[in-house]
Amino acid sequence: MIVGILDRFRRKDPGPASASQADRGLLLFENTSEVIRAEKTLRQAGFAIKVVGPPPEVRTGCDLAVEFPLIEGLHIRRRLEAAGVPPLEAIPVAGPLLTPVDLFQIKDFGEHLMVRAANMKLTVEKATGVIVNVSGGGCPDVPYLAARLIGKKLDEAPSPRETGHTLCGYALGLAFEEMIKRCSPS
Amino acid sequence: MLAVVGTIPDPGVPVTEGPAHGTPQGLAVGGLTVAPDRGTPALLGAAGAACASLGLPAPFAFLVGDVGLGHGSRALYRHLTDVLPGRHFSTMVFHYLMPDVMWHDKVLFAVEAMARRPRLIADAGFMYAAKMSGQAASYDLFTPDAGELAFLADETAPHPFYTRGFILHEDNHVPDLIARAYEHENAAATLLVKGGTDVIADATGVLFTVDGPCEAALEAMGGTGDTVAGMAAALMESGRSAPEAAHMAARANRLAGRLARPNPGSRIAEIIARIPEALDMVLNSPG
Repeated sequence: MIVGILDRFRRKDPGPASASQADRGLLLFENTSEVIRAEKTLRQAGFAIKVVGPPPEVRTGCDLAVEFPLIEGLHIRRRLEAAGVPPLEAIPVAGPLLTPVDLFQIKDFGEHLMVRAANMKLTVEKATGVIVNVSGGGCPDVPYLAARLIGKKLDEAPSPRETGHTLCGYALGLAFEEMIKRCSPS
Repeated sequence: MLAVVGTIPDPGVPVTEGPAHGTPQGLAVGGLTVAPDRGTPALLGAAGAACASLGLPAPFAFLVGDVGLGHGSRALYRHLTDVLPGRHFSTMVFHYLMPDVMWHDKVLFAVEAMARRPRLIADAGFMYAAKMSGQAASYDLFTPDAGELAFLADETAPHPFYTRGFILHEDNHVPDLIARAYEHENAAATLLVKGGTDVIADATGVLFTVDGPCEAALEAMGGTGDTVAGMAAALMESGRSAPEAAHMAARANRLAGRLARPNPGSRIAEIIARIPEALDMVLNSPG
């Protein structure tokens, strides 16, 4: 049966993603057995996923990938790591070669420091290391994460990568880690 | 009537709807009380304050609990597709919601089925979905910040997290990014770009800029983008065009910020409390 699926996808050129696929991503794995385990894990957790053929430019040797709701990538990745099947990569269907933002923008307010990663901003009081604000973002975990971060010291606050669920949570996690790096004694 | 659609960070809250009234404990909506501290409650609080100043009825809220798993957002989307065709709203704002193209399109179809199409504003997650769906032009106003404008300008990015570096780079000029967003039809009819200088634009280019009064701390404060979107919605509900409403809202937000004397750690409730006074100043001194 797996061979049949492989044949079907080998014949297809995925072509450009349609608008309906714009919020979908692909999880890439080392081998087919991992894909099957990942599929089972995510289906049991209730995620809207399906097994597809990856586009040629991102093939890793495994001819299957798991299509998933891209925005929920942080939560999904955590589930797979807990199940022992972490993906090699998670990429957007709309642009398989797109990479996560790696550009940080820093603003120094004197007593406060703000770090922006993509659409997320984190602000810390320099003297105390206390997180005073979280702004930006649009996914529903942002207000949830803000409530858990604000008022806590950087070294006591829960990492947004551990408590967030979406790409906004992931971006906030990057800002959080960059802030820790900048506030650590060198 | 103005309607506000969004989420609150409490997974136990079911789909809740009703007029949002300010009370000493917070905003009361259909038996639910929420603090207007950030996100959709902040937008709703600002919209309510502005509606009261403008002599309009309290905004109508559609809320649901969602902490980022998307279950609440999808329940609310389902509810909207059921009820919107039979409802009457003149302005609708869609805000912190799980970006989901399929549900975005279903909700937009439900809006199109309303007896009279409301004017539409999208911010936050629903703006991301509107762009991803290729339906951005169906909206009257988007209210992105600088990072989100870069996302709108990047025709390939499915989320701001994937905005390409050469577009995200801060040396890029806002007018260039605006032009690029319109070129690829990834912008609403009007854009209010929130930043050090607020920029109001349409497909023809920049219409207004607002850079004073300058309170640098506002950029760091969570919720200041929500308050400006809430005020713009109320001003559109009062009959003003989207560019005019956005221009007035940007001015009033800054004035409210100046009156509140914020620092980067200030809370948004301090700004909302100043909205009536700030809006009054803007109404009495056309820019």
